[in-house]
Amino acid sequence: MGGLEKKKYQRGSATNYITRNKARKKLQLSLPDFRRLCILKGIYPHEPRHKKKVNKGSTAARTFYLLKDIKFLLHEPIVNKFREYKIFVRKLRKAYGKSEWGTAERLKDNKPTYKLDHIVKERYPTFVDALRDLDDALSMCFLFSTFPRTGKCHVQTIQLCRRLAVEFLNYVIASRSLRKVFLSIKGIYYQAEVLGQPITWITPYTFAHDHPTDVDYRVMATFTEFYTTLLGFVNFRLYHSLNLHYPPKIDGQAEVEVKPAEGKEYAMDSESYLEKLSALSASLARVVAPTQEDDVEMDEFPVEGETAEQMDARRKEQEALEKHKKLFEGLRFFLNREVPREPLAFVIRCFGGQVSWDKSLCIGATYDVSDPSITHQIVDRPRVEQQVVGRYYLQPQWVFDSVNAKLCLPVADYFPGVLLPPHLSPFVTEQEGDYIPPEKLKLLAMQRGEDPGEETEEEEEEEEEEEEDDNDKDEEEEEEDESEKEEEIKLKKMEEQKAQSNKALPVKVTAGKVRLEDKQRLEQEQQSEEKRLAIMMMKKREKYLYKKIMFGKKRKIREANKLAAKRKAHDTALKEEKKKTKKARRA
Amino acid sequence: MEQPLELESDDDLTDSEESVYSGLEDSGSDSTNSSAAEEEEEEEDEGEQEEPSNGAAPKVKGAPRKSKALGADPPLKDSEGLSVPDEYEEDIRNTVGNIPMEWYQDFPHIGYDLEGKRIYKPIRNKDELDKFLEKMENPDYWRTVQDKMTGADIKLTDEQVDLVHRLQKGQFGDVHFNPYEPAIDFFTHEVMIHPVTNRPADKRSFIPSLIEKEKVSKLVHAIKMGWIKPRKPKEDTPTYYDLWAHEDPNSILGRHKMHVPAPKMKLPGHEESYNPPPEYLLSEEEKLAWEQQEPAERRLNFVPQQYRCLRAVPGYPRFIHERFERCLDLYLCPRQRKMRVNVDPEDLIPKLPKPRDLQPFPTTQALVYRGHSSLVRCLSVSPSGQWLASGSDDGTVRFWEVCTARCMKTLPVGGVVKSIAWNPNPTICLVAVCVEQSVLLVNPCLGDKLLYGATDQVLESYVPPEEERVQPVQWVTATSEEHSRGIRLTVQHSKALKQVTWHGKGDYFATVVADNSNMQVLIHQTSKRWSQNPFRKSKGLVQCVLFHPIRPYFFVATQRYVRVYNLLKQELTKKLMANCKWVSSMAIHPAGDNVICGSYDSKLAWFDLDLSTRPYQLLRHHRKALRSVAFHKHYPLFASGSDDGTVIVCHGMVYNDLLQNPLLVPVKVLKGHTLTMDLGVLDVVFHPTQPWVFSSGADGTVRLYT
Repeated sequence: MGGLEKKKYQRGSATNYITRNKARKKLQLSLPDFRRLCILKGIYPHEPRHKKKVNKGSTAARTFYLLKDIKFLLHEPIVNKFREYKIFVRKLRKAYGKSEWGTAERLKDNKPTYKLDHIVKERYPTFVDALRDLDDALSMCFLFSTFPRTGKCHVQTIQLCRRLAVEFLNYVIASRSLRKVFLSIKGIYYQAEVLGQPITWITPYTFAHDHPTDVDYRVMATFTEFYTTLLGFVNFRLYHSLNLHYPPKIDGQAEVEVKPAEGKEYAMDSESYLEKLSALSASLARVVAPTQEDDVEMDEFPVEGETAEQMDARRKEQEALEKHKKLFEGLRFFLNREVPREPLAFVIRCFGGQVSWDKSLCIGATYDVSDPSITHQIVDRPRVEQQVVGRYYLQPQWVFDSVNAKLCLPVADYFPGVLLPPHLSPFVTEQEGDYIPPEKLKLLAMQRGEDPGEETEEEEEEEEEEEEDDNDKDEEEEEEDESEKEEEIKLKKMEEQKAQSNKALPVKVTAGKVRLEDKQRLEQEQQSEEKRLAIMMMKKREKYLYKKIMFGKKRKIREANKLAAKRKAHDTALKEEKKKTKKARRA
Repeated sequence: MEQPLELESDDDLTDSEESVYSGLEDSGSDSTNSSAAEEEEEEEDEGEQEEPSNGAAPKVKGAPRKSKALGADPPLKDSEGLSVPDEYEEDIRNTVGNIPMEWYQDFPHIGYDLEGKRIYKPIRNKDELDKFLEKMENPDYWRTVQDKMTGADIKLTDEQVDLVHRLQKGQFGDVHFNPYEPAIDFFTHEVMIHPVTNRPADKRSFIPSLIEKEKVSKLVHAIKMGWIKPRKPKEDTPTYYDLWAHEDPNSILGRHKMHVPAPKMKLPGHEESYNPPPEYLLSEEEKLAWEQQEPAERRLNFVPQQYRCLRAVPGYPRFIHERFERCLDLYLCPRQRKMRVNVDPEDLIPKLPKPRDLQPFPTTQALVYRGHSSLVRCLSVSPSGQWLASGSDDGTVRFWEVCTARCMKTLPVGGVVKSIAWNPNPTICLVAVCVEQSVLLVNPCLGDKLLYGATDQVLESYVPPEEERVQPVQWVTATSEEHSRGIRLTVQHSKALKQVTWHGKGDYFATVVADNSNMQVLIHQTSKRWSQNPFRKSKGLVQCVLFHPIRPYFFVATQRYVRVYNLLKQELTKKLMANCKWVSSMAIHPAGDNVICGSYDSKLAWFDLDLSTRPYQLLRHHRKALRSVAFHKHYPLFASGSDDGTVIVCHGMVYNDLLQNPLLVPVKVLKGHTLTMDLGVLDVVFHPTQPWVFSSGADGTVRLYT
């Protein structure tokens, strides 16, 4: 024996964690300040592996921070700024209380401010790290930029968010890095690929928010404070990677076009510039004028360990990507006033299309409705009164669906007033065994270069025609048409049954049936039994895991089946409806 | 005290009444010196002075005459002893000035007149008597006072007396003075159009300040010299620069080692589309179910909806909520690295030898022995394997031929048969049957006639000993009627019996009594018709007992333990912990080194006696309570019957090599018995030579699986 007595909870995991309250006391910060600091520095609680050990034997629910994180916060210069700010507020309150306006003014002038640059650099040591974490920043900035200029948060924040968001959109247009768009009921999702990183963000539909009362806007504002800093630096870097001016400048030649007619002041100069930018119709000025030779084909170096097939596939992928980027190249769009202008303009410009709108709708319209060179006009009204020959009138979903399908979809489904085909999420990649909606199957076939959609439609039409012909005769025949074979089998069975019933006598001596031993089935049964027996011998823990996995698998299959069944029921109902209407029309 | 007050009143130019009052006092002081003779004159003076005082308030301070004139009744004050020397006062009649009058006390005169002649005091030669007489006679005596200045007597007028009275009461001297006039506040909070003071503005208010001029010139000079710079306008817009100009991919901060990046938000599926495929829309029931679920439990946090066109899509009301929740998740949610179990479930299944390779074992149901009308509790097979005995709740024991399923014999015993055991000795044809409180030893008279005849002979050859020994039970020879039915001996116990089991040699058998005392287990010897109680103390409720097949060991299973006793040494050898709640049955491997225990909590424990006193393996194959377990005599098989109606046959290979652990593989689940009264299989017995298993069930049948 001998040696010092080992005390409990003085080593190991208990010393690596610290509760929130203790952390707060150690930092000598109030709870709101601590929260702010955690948000800005990206410190989050950790879930210890052995909670009871860390909690010193107690099982009370507590949040734990890593002690290292808190020690790291101790050296943060911003903590001092927080304290200074607290003092500043106290002084200011005192000055107001004493009605010393001069002092108050002076204090306000010397209001302590802090910068978050070093925190951004610290949290994201490399640029790619920052890009990876850009999703939330973008979503938040887009949300804040839609807030009203009154209440809720500072006007400057809203303006800054708007500016940064517009800058980012312009970058995406300039780099043509948009990949996927999705119109959900929550808002519009975009996915862009920047430097190989997929960046997804959501923007709300442009309606006034009814601001909820159970949301703490201070928390959101703190997040936004950091996000705007991050997004500003990211934008700067992105613009410079494309040789663009930052802050963005509208291309000289485009600027002339965009400039409103003289004498009519649109808005204040600083504001109108942002407006022009946010119109998304003009291209941006570059630091170095681009020359045609800039697009030098990249030399391809074979990567070691890559087979020719893989290389081929890669090249194909590259080509497809290039094609996708130029999806709307050469097309001229015109947006009617009822369609959401910004998302559509953004998407069309991202894929090389030209876009314009009504002059009264927004600044930056480049051509008129009457322009004969317009190829597509996006409308969202049941019918269009005066149609101009030579252009398609389409619903906005066509643009989004085409982008997701990576090809210009047939326009027939998207005419105004037509019942639209379902809008599918481009973010779903179906795996083996998942339910795939038939529209997706059709789309996949179309992407492969087949043209199954039309065929099936034709077939359907033919069928329908046939049906129409048959309708005059008998419905039974119709059924026969559909399933002749089945009918034959049924008939045979009926005959057999009849024969048997004829033979039926009071005393039955039935010949023993020759039971065909289905060898395959037998084997399968045996195998399944073996498996069952083996499962019986599993250890308790493994059996639990196994059952859990199997349960998940079964649930997945069940859900897929349910969806398929629902679809089938829906389709049959639709068909019957069609038939009825047809009959009614005929009658 | 009065002097400052008086001065003040004089200073105050606006307050006329005050000065009048002070005048009264003043005059009092000088009147002390005046003679009584001048009283009239004074009166006159008063009259004269009254006019100016009425006309204008006395304005200039230090006007002796006026103040004196105002003092209408100087003697009054003196009489009260209030007089104070007054520097302002001057009396014409008094030529001595303001000096203490004591100085003239011993002279007949006071001062001198203009010609230098003495001014005489009035003659005062009254003695005490005169004074008294005067006091008595003169009705005005009480109002007569002496003027100290002149030494004359003065009679106070009515007004003066009145004044004195009022002063005594502490009232104001003037009758008409109202002390409670409404106060007029000059410096009110109300803004007045005219200043209170009418003072002309100072000169300094017209002339620029020199000090300020100096200060300004200093500042101007400092600005000129560039010492003071104007305040820079604050920049609102943040400045951005290339933050990652010198990025070091290896610069990982200390905390980043433990950094758990926040998971990205889930990407939306088809159901979130504004125009989803119709199968993703919720039906009415699903919608109802969605509404009834807790918000945290819902798989989707929204109801999928379909809009005809983009124009019809409304704003999402919970957009801000969702962003806020994401924010909360980012800074409040504890993060932990979770290892996703990425296992192929097939890999989890243990690799066992194929049952096909472990044949023979019973696979199919071959025969059903029908006949019992109630649940069949127990089974026993004859050592030859030709006969099967079964005991049932309907109060009968039936003997069957195994191969034909024919009931050879039915023996009514008049009670529930709890346990039945065929004598393992092949030369003896004897069956022990537990019926209520007694064990019947039955000779079924089946098979070889010589054999069962020999058995009878053995039983009859018993010679009772000379001295009767005290026994815990009674051995009764069967009556002739019973004999004809096959019953040979009856061992009557005092309590109901649970189980009977034979020793391998076939001479001894043990019984278990359903009791809590030390008499639970009894060992009987057939040949000597002698019973004994091996235990002195009860160690719990005994469930079943077994003899070791080879060695002289005796296994006693209580609810949770199996105790192994050495019968020769008469001591406890081992105590096996079954790790289950309630042992129901027990079986011993024919080699004697392995024991299995079935329990009511649906577990089967395999003990390797050489290995440990804890189970080598605990098998949870059955879903319900195990009722019985059995080992095969030759084949490496064991079976367990359970309340779930199945018999599970397992391959249980025991190797001679001590290093190799037994191999346990379930090989077959046999089904056939129907559940009645929540009971399934009640007993399981193996055929002694063939790989066949018998099971008896609560449905009143016995089944044979081959």
